[in-house]
This record gives sequence, C-alpha cells and structure tokens, in this order.
Amino acid sequence: MTSNPVGFSHVALLEIKNVTHFFGGLRALCRLNLTLQGGELTGLIGPNGAGKTTVFNLVSGFYRPSEGRISFLGRDIKGLRPHQVTALGIARTFQSIRLWNSLSVFENLCVSQHHLLGYGFLRAVLRTSRFHASERRVKKTAEELMDLLELTGWAKELPKNLPYGLQRRVEIGRALSLKPRLLLLDEPAAGMNPGEVDRIIETIRWVRHRFKLTVLLIEHHMRVVMNVCEDIKVLDLGETIAEGRPDEIRQDPRVIQAYLGEEEPDHARGN
Amino acid sequence: MRKYAPILSYATLCTLIVAASQLGVLNGYVQLVIMYVGINIILSTSLNVVNGYMGEFSVGHAGFMAVGAYVASILNVMLFTESSTFGPPLLSPSSAIYLFPVTLIAGGTAAALAGLLVAVPSFKTRGDYLAIITLAVNYIVKSSVENIQPIGGARGFMGMRNVIDSMGKVLNLPWPMIWVFICVGLSVWIIHRLVNSTWGKGIVALRDDEIAAEIMSINTHRMKITAFMLSSGLAGIAGGLFAHVLGYINPGTFTIMKSTEALVMVYLGGMGSLSGSVISAIVFTLALEAFRPLGIIKWVVVPLLLILLMLFRPEGIMGQRELGDIFKRKVTGQGLGVGGDKRRPVTPNP
Repeated sequence: MTSNPVGFSHVALLEIKNVTHFFGGLRALCRLNLTLQGGELTGLIGPNGAGKTTVFNLVSGFYRPSEGRISFLGRDIKGLRPHQVTALGIARTFQSIRLWNSLSVFENLCVSQHHLLGYGFLRAVLRTSRFHASERRVKKTAEELMDLLELTGWAKELPKNLPYGLQRRVEIGRALSLKPRLLLLDEPAAGMNPGEVDRIIETIRWVRHRFKLTVLLIEHHMRVVMNVCEDIKVLDLGETIAEGRPDEIRQDPRVIQAYLGEEEPDHARGN
Repeated sequence: MRKYAPILSYATLCTLIVAASQLGVLNGYVQLVIMYVGINIILSTSLNVVNGYMGEFSVGHAGFMAVGAYVASILNVMLFTESSTFGPPLLSPSSAIYLFPVTLIAGGTAAALAGLLVAVPSFKTRGDYLAIITLAVNYIVKSSVENIQPIGGARGFMGMRNVIDSMGKVLNLPWPMIWVFICVGLSVWIIHRLVNSTWGKGIVALRDDEIAAEIMSINTHRMKITAFMLSSGLAGIAGGLFAHVLGYINPGTFTIMKSTEALVMVYLGGMGSLSGSVISAIVFTLALEAFRPLGIIKWVVVPLLLILLMLFRPEGIMGQRELGDIFKRKVTGQGLGVGGDKRRPVTPNP
C-alpha cells in the first residue's frame, strides 16, 4: 500500500467509462462515467432502481458490462472473476448483510483474507512452516481489526446473534481485512437507528483515514451522504442526472425532482 | 504431548486390535465387522465434506466408491495374480505387499477424477439440481461397469483374495485390516486439518453464502473442486479397501442404496461434525450387525430408528460440534448459553 492516498495520481484508481448495462431488455445503466482518484470519498445516490447496486456489481466483477469499460489502476477488469477483482484491491459490503453465519466473527475476518493466505490444500494438510506463518499473520490482522473496530468482545459470537449495527461493523471489518485500496459500501446505514447512524458516519470517516482508502458509498440516509461525502453522483433510472459537492447537489432541481417527483405522481415511478 | 494424544491412542488401539486378530482372540466375523466400521468411517467423513461442510447434497457417493473399487481391484489382479482375464501376473506376486497402497491410491485418484463430473457442473448449479447430477453420476458409473464384459459386467469381479494371500505369504499379518486402519487414520487426519485451516474454512463460507465468499476473494471454483475431489477420492479409497476386504465386487453393490447408507451416516452423526461422522459410522455399522438376527425385519427396524432420531434429534448425534468442544466445556464448566448449540469456540493458538 502506498502511504500517501493521493500518491498514485497519474492513473485513476477506478475508471468507469461509458458503461451501459442491460438486464434482458431492461436498461439498468446508461453510459455511466465515473472516475475515482486515490483518496476520494464519493457518494452514489438516487431513488430506488436507479442502478446504484448495479454499479457495484459491475465493479466487483459480478456482472459484465453490456458496453463500456471498467478499469482499476489502469487495468481492465473485464473477464476477471469476482475473487480476482477483489484480489486487485476492491472490497465491498452488501446492502443486505451477507456474513457467514456459522463462522464466528473472528473466523469471518480470517477467512475473508483467502487471497492473502498463500497456501492451498496440500500445505493446509501438511501444516508446513508457511502454513503456520500465514495463519499467524491472518489471525493477527483479524485481531487488530477487531481491536480497532471494537469487536474483540464478540470475537467468538456468530454474526447472526449480534445486533444489526454490530453486524454492519463486522461486515466493514471483513471488507477491510482484504487490505483493499477501494472500498465499496452499499447502504451501510440501512435500517439503523439514529445512534447507530452517528456511529457509522464516524466509523466510515475514521476507517478511511486510518486505512488510507478510496471509498465509494451508496446511501439513502441523506445525513450520512451529506456528512461524509466530498463528491456526489446522482443516478436516476440508470442515467447520471447530477454530480458535484454536497451543497450543490442539495440545490440541484433535477435531483429534487428525481427524489420528490414534482411533475409526476409517486406511483408512476414505482416507489 | 497432548497434541499427539489422539494419534497415539488411535495407533495403540489399532495395534491392539491387529494383535488380537493375529493371536486369534477376535474371530473372523468380528474382524470383518471392524473393517466395515473402518470403511464406513471413511465413507461418512468424506461425504460430510460435501454434504456437511459445503452444504451440497451428494447422493452418488457409491459411484465414486465403485470407481475406486474397480480400478484398485483390476490393477491388483492384473499386476499380482494369475487370472483368466488378464493372464499371468505382470509383476512378482510378492511385490503386492509394498505396491498395494500404490494401487489403492490409483483407485482413489481415478475416483477423484470422476468427482470432476460433479465438481464442474457445481459451478453453475447447486442444491436439488446438483443432487440430481450426483445421482446421474452414480448410475453412469454403475451402468458402465455393468456393460464392460472383460471385468465381469453385471456378474462382478473377483480375484482380490489372491492378492491378499500373496501379501500374507510374504509376511503373515491381517493386511486388509492394517490398510483399513491406516486409511481411516489418514482420511480423518486430512479432513480434520483441512476444515480447521483458514483456507479450508472457505468451504464453510461457501455453504453459508457463496456470493459473499466469491466477493471476499475466495476462489469458489477451486474450493468446490477441492471438496468434491477430496470427497470422491476418499470414497474411492474406501471402495478399494471394501473390494479387498470382501474379495468380490459387483456393480449391484454400488447402487443408490449404498449411497443412501453413507448419507444416513452423515445425517446421523451431524452435518459438519467430523467426530459425529466417525461416531455414527461406528454406531450405524454395529447396529446393522446387531439387528442381523432379525433378518428382513432389520430393514424395518433400522429405518424406524432413523425416523425417531430425525424427529427427536434432527441435528444428529453431534450437531455441528466436535468431541473436543464437549470436553472443553466440561473442563471450563461453561454452559451452552443462548443459541450455543451450534457455537464453535475459536482457538487463537492451535
């Protein structure tokens, strides 16, 4: 990892160029352009069905764009499977929590470092010195992360037995254990109470500085978006309708229209 | 020292049983049952890798067993014995004593390759659909063997007894039993080490949430190939042992009935519990033998007991726990707590 988050300014960290994506006949995204420089914290907002999560699924390699190009650190990610994209340095969390529920919190943070293990079946069975060194390293990383995110007390718990806010924090911890350069957060504050929202805002800010991350954030909670993001991109029905700083976005008439639906009744838009 | 306690006690137990067999304390029938127990332990623990740890539903375990049984048997009969099919032995019969494990591994390898027939489709489908594929593989293997006349077709294949005899001529020991013990030890050891490594826990992550696993840098294809090949490979080794213990195999042995037996043992012991699989293989095999005097009624009583078990203890004998967890709890005096049934303690230092 570079010590300076803007140390790689010549090449954009993430570059999404003219990406269009169809689900069958439905156009989920239309000519999306998005460039993230190292160290940025960008918000991606828009009403339901705007295509925000589709962007995440495209970037993490889960979908292949119908048209256009996505590159990470100058490298085209086309044809890479999700685990390979992740190994390049992109980690994400999910809109609905997807922790491994029969593994403890600690194990969740260990297993996610799969690409950093450096051993396979044979070494796992023979328990070579490389295996032991790797296990120690992985466990140390997990312990440090639990310490930083104040999860140590729940190390042995199964994620499903934890309160919602904590589960979110475990998920962020799991994403961080991958040692990413780009962190994609999909609605980290969804379903949280005001106290938990304050906590998550604090966590996102802190995590980003502590780990020198570039963050792309999807969020519905305007308080989170306006508080943490430096740059916001607004999508509606797959198209970019606005981008800019939070205060600009707040006053943009198209954004207000997309959210409040001035000219057409709510039900026509389906949300 | 404590680290090696399980291995040492297992080795001691095996030595005692082998010595008792050699001295004639255990009669032939008891020896046979002990060997069946061993083979069933390999079958149930290996199937547990796929059905328990990975959460897929394989119903074709006997197919892989058949591949291993036939490959190992044919190799041994061809190499070490005079037979009507393959003619004179290709190697000296006495060399069977040290080449037997090689042919056993060859059988296991062939079965592991057959496991790819299931592993590759598993990239695209899972659950019930994959279960149907495993069933199909079981039938493909059985029907193929039935139609290959040189190896006996539906009539079966024999001659393995001569191989065992030629091993016994070199050194008079109960060789099949020794190899069963060695293979049981190795299987359990391999699976134990795999599922307790961070790498191997990727298999469990795959079961819990495959999408999250793939996004969290786990190469799910590789994990699936590993799990299926390990599982079917060990089934193949169990098949090879089975063929040599019995001295005769026919395709009718490796039907879905045999697969179901393996399934029952996994569910009886508890999905995702290695010690559960071992215990259930012992209990199930011994129960079948104990009910033998009942004759045909056995096949009513045993399934009935299974129904009762599923009603009153659906998670199996051990659930997801291991023997070690129970001992630890007793030592520290900790209760189970809420939802603690499936909790597995983390050991920071192995």
